[in-house]
Amino acid sequence: MNFTLLVTVVLTALFFVAIVVVLANLLAPRSYNSKKEEPYECGIPARGNQWGHYHLGYYLFALLFLMFDVETMFLFPWAVVAKGLGPQGLFAVAFFLFILILGLAYAWRKGALKWH
Amino acid sequence: MFDFSIVTKWFHSLLTGVMPEWAAIGIECFIVLLFIILLYAILAIALIYGERKICAFFQCRIGPNRVGKWGLLQVFADVFKMLTKEIIKMRQSDRFLHDMAPYFMLLASFLTFACIPWNKGLAILDFNIGVFFFIAVSGIGIVGILLAGWSSRSKYPMIGAMRSGAQLVSYELSIGMTMLTVILLNGTMQFSEIVQQQADFGWNIIRGHVPAIIAFIIYLIAGNAECNRGPFDLPEAESELTAGYHTEYSGMHFGFFYLAEYLNLFICGAMAATIFLGGWAPIYFPGWEGFNHVMSLIPGFIWFFAKAFFVVFLLMWIRWTFPRLRIDQLLSLEWKYLMPISMLNILLMALVVCFGLTL
Repeated sequence: MNFTLLVTVVLTALFFVAIVVVLANLLAPRSYNSKKEEPYECGIPARGNQWGHYHLGYYLFALLFLMFDVETMFLFPWAVVAKGLGPQGLFAVAFFLFILILGLAYAWRKGALKWH
Repeated sequence: MFDFSIVTKWFHSLLTGVMPEWAAIGIECFIVLLFIILLYAILAIALIYGERKICAFFQCRIGPNRVGKWGLLQVFADVFKMLTKEIIKMRQSDRFLHDMAPYFMLLASFLTFACIPWNKGLAILDFNIGVFFFIAVSGIGIVGILLAGWSSRSKYPMIGAMRSGAQLVSYELSIGMTMLTVILLNGTMQFSEIVQQQADFGWNIIRGHVPAIIAFIIYLIAGNAECNRGPFDLPEAESELTAGYHTEYSGMHFGFFYLAEYLNLFICGAMAATIFLGGWAPIYFPGWEGFNHVMSLIPGFIWFFAKAFFVVFLLMWIRWTFPRLRIDQLLSLEWKYLMPISMLNILLMALVVCFGLTL
């Protein structure tokens, strides 16, 4: 039943957007103006490459995120059974978390967290 | 507490009595569909109106008061205005991805919305890995924002999407870790089970005392950032980036982003209410028999909405109080403060749980 409902929710979201877009297209007026389709740039004609350059730092944080996200994922199964495992499981995971924090400290020391 | 699953079971047996199983399930799914869309629309309207009024009061204004009594019809007017505006097709944009981005936004929003336990026995998606599922599907929204910015092929949306990508993925780590602290305390990932335990043993924020309160504060900060709101509204910083990643969206296409933003605010508040403040569980004080009896007469969903809107009000308060951060301040707040604190907080909570120090 859960998966039937999952499919229902996904379809609801998709149908909702599709139907509202169709409705908006039916209701909305149309007008043509060559300037209307230009990308917005404070009213002046757009200049240069529209995709432009952006800061490399964003990639760095995305990579860091990937690392930490995958590692925290491993903590979820432990968290469910932590009460049953007791102190022994706690020490094992404390070591794992220590390595995680070491990774963060390394990135910090290397200047990966600094915005140049 | 009234168990709502009695009603759903009765309805299911009623339907299977007069029609085959598949037809009954089909009708039930259709009712779920209507329920989601109706609740979604009502909540969006309530939140937009609430935000405009609350923002106005914080700024010593009156807010919308012309359309209908106390401006109550303002939001309806806005929705119809948006519906009757042209969806402009950009010449240079990647049309397919540009049209696809709102689908991703709303998909993430609906899926996380469906995880919320409204009442005892009243939750649409109640997986045994609920928390994990919640975090996973909330990631779809980031794809939507990045697609929106990239496919617009314009400078402001591009910068907005990049900022938003960095911000959302960073703060998602903190969200995951604070939820991890709660899983540690409750020993389950199922939302209904988490709330049931809180109804039996007291709210998580009280039961988990110090680590739970730290986790709650981190959750509020990170949740505010996940909603692209308040001091963390860099992706759409009006004074710098016009409208950020949805600059090139017009009419109802923009409306979807607006809708998803407000519903994400509610989902953030509802999750805080579910995992920290007891969801549909009423307030109990040990020893106060009469008081506890009166409190248990109030239906669960009213408790739930009261707590969720309390957190939403806190988030709005934060939004209209603090000035916007800079991108480097934003990222260093997450990576240099919230991340190490939440990691140590997990250890603290593990210590509390393993040595039985919970209240």
